[in-house]
Amino acid sequence: MSWEILAVLGIPLAGGVLLALFGHRRAAAELNVALSLATFVAAAALTARVVRDGPLFAFGEQFFVDSLNVFLVALTAFVSMTTSMFSRPYMRIEQEHGKLTEARLRLYHSMYQLFIFTMLLVLLTNNLGLLWVALEAATLTTVLLVSLYRTPASLEAAWKYFILCGVGIAQALFGTILLFMASQKLLGTGVEALLWTHLLGVRSQLEPTILSIAFVFLLVGYGTKVGLVPLHNWLPDAHAEGPTPVSAVLSGLLLNVALYALVRCKVLADGALGTDFAGQLMMGFGLLSVVVGAFFLARQRDIKRMFAYSSVEHMGLVTFAFGMGGPIASFAGLLHMTVHSLTKSAIFFTVGHAAQTAGTQMMDDIRGLARVSPTIGWGLMLGTLAILGLPPFGVFASEFLILTSAMRQQPWATPLLLISLGVAFAAVFRKVQPMVFGDTTAKPLPHRPALIPVFVHLALALMLGLYIPPYLAAWYREAAKLIG
Amino acid sequence: MSQFLTPALTGQIINLLAAVLLLLSFAMLAQRRILSLIDLFAAQGFVLTLSTAFVAWATGQTHLWWSAGLTFALKVLLLPWILHRLIRRLNVKWDVETLINIPTTMLFGLLLVILAFNLAQPVSALAGTITKGTLGIALAIVLLSFLMMITRSKAVPQVIGFLAMENSLFFAATAATYGMPMVVELGIALDVLVGVIILGVFFFQIRERFDSLDIRHLEKLKEE
Repeated sequence: MSWEILAVLGIPLAGGVLLALFGHRRAAAELNVALSLATFVAAAALTARVVRDGPLFAFGEQFFVDSLNVFLVALTAFVSMTTSMFSRPYMRIEQEHGKLTEARLRLYHSMYQLFIFTMLLVLLTNNLGLLWVALEAATLTTVLLVSLYRTPASLEAAWKYFILCGVGIAQALFGTILLFMASQKLLGTGVEALLWTHLLGVRSQLEPTILSIAFVFLLVGYGTKVGLVPLHNWLPDAHAEGPTPVSAVLSGLLLNVALYALVRCKVLADGALGTDFAGQLMMGFGLLSVVVGAFFLARQRDIKRMFAYSSVEHMGLVTFAFGMGGPIASFAGLLHMTVHSLTKSAIFFTVGHAAQTAGTQMMDDIRGLARVSPTIGWGLMLGTLAILGLPPFGVFASEFLILTSAMRQQPWATPLLLISLGVAFAAVFRKVQPMVFGDTTAKPLPHRPALIPVFVHLALALMLGLYIPPYLAAWYREAAKLIG
Repeated sequence: MSQFLTPALTGQIINLLAAVLLLLSFAMLAQRRILSLIDLFAAQGFVLTLSTAFVAWATGQTHLWWSAGLTFALKVLLLPWILHRLIRRLNVKWDVETLINIPTTMLFGLLLVILAFNLAQPVSALAGTITKGTLGIALAIVLLSFLMMITRSKAVPQVIGFLAMENSLFFAATAATYGMPMVVELGIALDVLVGVIILGVFFFQIRERFDSLDIRHLEKLKEE
């Protein structure tokens, strides 16, 4: 029994209920920050304990923490805390612009906490059925957040999000049923047959035919949520039309969590099949996402849509790395997940305030950010450089590792990856540069934006590029070993 | 197992119920009126309850009795009631418009059934349950519900398609594995219920904005 797990899951759940009651009060934003901070403290305690004592179980093996998920739990709790700090002044400005009523603000705060809860549940549960339930619940909590402004475009985006992810995740349920069917022969008909740790123990004896079909369904299902091309259609719309804090957590956290679910399933499929089938499928989808994501970047005019496509590209890169497998590629994939999450959420923070300053999300009408507010302008510039993979930021380190292992293991893919990264660089830099520099008549924002999270995130991404602390490196290596 | 039932007879009865489910899916695919569509959905839930209860009785899996009860409460009583109420409150038109005409849709449906049977064949050969023959039908219903979702232009039929898909997945779970563990089944039921409530809220938002539930209004967000 571990109080840390109880706190990590209990605080956001209780917070969701609490904010459903008081979320419209003036202090609700501060309460949101306090709850997220408490969750982060609990997650840090959990991490410290796992680092000290090794993997642990809770509630009769229903929850399971090892080095792979504890690192994502810490990241999720951290980014959700900084996002709540960013959201405090941001949502206040939105409210003063008349975009939100008190009732909707209450919905927003409550759903924000519940969304964090569902993601942490996905990460911590050992039961693959419960994992599915929690991931579906994560969709449900964010549907109403995407349509928060009730504009025609946001309603359309939310509808698309619900239907596409709903259909996608239904495929994943079918995959889970097939997996359960295969494991029943070995583990009986009880709950144990869905526990990942038990499945891992017998993975080489699982029926390969069933596992290969199951993995295809799981890949399509969870891949929809990761935003893999051609299942990515919901992603740019949901990111562009929802409030910016929601875009930041969708991009920085939800995609990671969905990919985590996929990776857990891949480990089982690999063991049962003994071939590279799962890895090859993931490489194919990943590479397609990198290429399509990069080429779509150039055609975007809405700033949030553009960075949403950048997320498609980067998640594709991580999926490719995990598909390739091997200690270095998996290590690089995990590192890329971390730095992408930190950098992309930092970018969305600055983009949100940039759009508020200019009064539009259209990139042609955003100009001279550095002049109105140097912190917003430079934050956006640095974030963009970081996400494009310029040294010495962490994205460079992870992309470099992915590319070098691709050269060794899958040389045919290297030119495609390099071209895509080049195209992405040209497309994004050309658009961000005039937004940051240049002349403007826009006025500064009425509330001082909370941009400390931006620079904390970027500083962490920079640190991971220059120097990975030895305990962190050991931790990544440990997790990479689990992925195989 | 009861002494009146030979395994062959049990298999026959389950296959019969599965065939009825498949027939109901085709009926839903062809149905133009929203209210009849809801009734067909309720009927599908009822057959699902029967088949779950029958498997529970034939195999002595007690937890399946609970899921049969849950199915009955949720899919025969609660969800159709919520949908009927929504239709009344929203005052939507009676007819459903389809994007592709119905005979063509039915032909596509036939092809999907053949595809599903081929796909499920190697898997069902390996299943250890008495109900293994029905896995192909379950997959066929998943695909048919999917087809219904993409050929309808109104929001309500799309949602019914979504729920029908969930029904068929539930049927697949009973057919292939004697049902998921109770905790998972409860979680799925909760997700479905919350999903329908959220969609109910959502319908009002769409109607308020567009004065119609035709989702063809929702096609503005496209790549230029």
